[in-house]
Amino acid sequence: MLDRTPHNESTTAGVLGSDLPIRFAGVDYRVAAVSILCGINLEISAGPPTILLGPNGSGKTTLLKLAMGLLSPTAGSVTYNGREKPTPGTRAFVFQKPMMLRRTVAANVAYALKAAGRRPDRLEIARLLAEVGLAGMDDRPARRLSGGEQQRLALARALARDPEVLFLDEPTASLDPASTKAVEDIVSRVAQSGVKIVMTTHDLGQARRLASEVVFLAKGRLIEQAPAEIFFTKPSTDEARRFVAGDLVI
Amino acid sequence: MDTSSALELILTGDATLFAIVRLSLLVTLSATFFAALVGLPLGAIVALTNFPGRHAIIVVLNGLMGLPPVVVGLLVFLLLSRSGPLGPLGLLFTPTAMVIAQTVLITPIIAALSRQVIEDLWTEYREELTAMEVGPLARVKTLLWDARFSLVTILLAGFGRAAAEVGAVMIVGGNIESFTRVMTTTIALETSKGNLPLAIGLGMVLMTLILVVNALAWGVRRWSEAHAG
Repeated sequence: MLDRTPHNESTTAGVLGSDLPIRFAGVDYRVAAVSILCGINLEISAGPPTILLGPNGSGKTTLLKLAMGLLSPTAGSVTYNGREKPTPGTRAFVFQKPMMLRRTVAANVAYALKAAGRRPDRLEIARLLAEVGLAGMDDRPARRLSGGEQQRLALARALARDPEVLFLDEPTASLDPASTKAVEDIVSRVAQSGVKIVMTTHDLGQARRLASEVVFLAKGRLIEQAPAEIFFTKPSTDEARRFVAGDLVI
Repeated sequence: MDTSSALELILTGDATLFAIVRLSLLVTLSATFFAALVGLPLGAIVALTNFPGRHAIIVVLNGLMGLPPVVVGLLVFLLLSRSGPLGPLGLLFTPTAMVIAQTVLITPIIAALSRQVIEDLWTEYREELTAMEVGPLARVKTLLWDARFSLVTILLAGFGRAAAEVGAVMIVGGNIESFTRVMTTTIALETSKGNLPLAIGLGMVLMTLILVVNALAWGVRRWSEAHAG
């Protein structure tokens, strides 16, 4: 397991040197004339996992990329503990369809360690692979792994950065139940070690299993942000109520 | 009859034939090396950077892939001739001039094809490398390394083009016996003279060389893909 000191659990005041909280203030994101996100005000604080929930096309991935700093807002601002720029090396991102470098499993992790300015030590690589259940697969070509194994390797690469915040974009979207459980177990362990998890999903069951806090999006707008137990039992908006009830929210 | 004489030249290790083969390989391998030295980074830079006129450069590079060898020969001849800007170096009608001509000929091929390969790979890698906060130089190194199998094939295409080329080396090398005479120019000369055994023998060696190099590259690629992804 990772050996990290849990980050500050306060919701508003950031810790010196931390990128949390991440604040969205009036954020719009447009591509040409198409509005992807509109008027987002949100605070992602240290603590247990935050799940971005919503139907396909609701803007979850875009919001996650904005939080990671991969995209810049068209209007409004995203700040990291009050700073305009995030601290390098504090965040990691796992994509829905992760790209595997054309190297072995071990070389993929070694690359992530080097990119993070860490020594690609064999013991560290073995530890990270064991952490995601890929022990003994060091010499396998990464691109020959199954979808679930590739997703776990992507997690190992992300953890190689020893992140303060781990962003996960629907990491189990195309996986079978067994692979989904394996990934969820890793995510839970990582969250317990003190890493802030921010994850998108449209899977209500997964959100119930993992979420401490839910941010519900629909049609590019933030509809509701609430603790998970409140969101799933007493959602305060009609859209959220319909989504939780299993109705189509288009 | 000519074919059996050609085989005899090869099997008995005819000194003239193998001197020509040696020089051909030296010139072509040197040209491929220098073209790779210029073409691969050039392809990577054009693939990964945005600057005014980038599209024009891509069009020019792609166009230059079809550069006629005799035109390259003529340009290098004018450059190296006594009255040319590099005339004082005295390189005309030397193997060095032939290396220069072949390098000029195949550099656009290597640059244009590697640009396409690296750009395609960058499209695939962009978000992940950006998320990993990989710097520009490390990106280039990563892409060149991960595209290595495709790039080897590109280098072989350049090698094949240079090895099979006649016009440019004929013009700048002068086809001087035992000095600048390479396989292709010898085949052309000996065929016109009616000395078919040497021409056929060299043709066989040239074909074999190209087939062996390509087979080796294919084998390396298959092995590497199986072991490295």
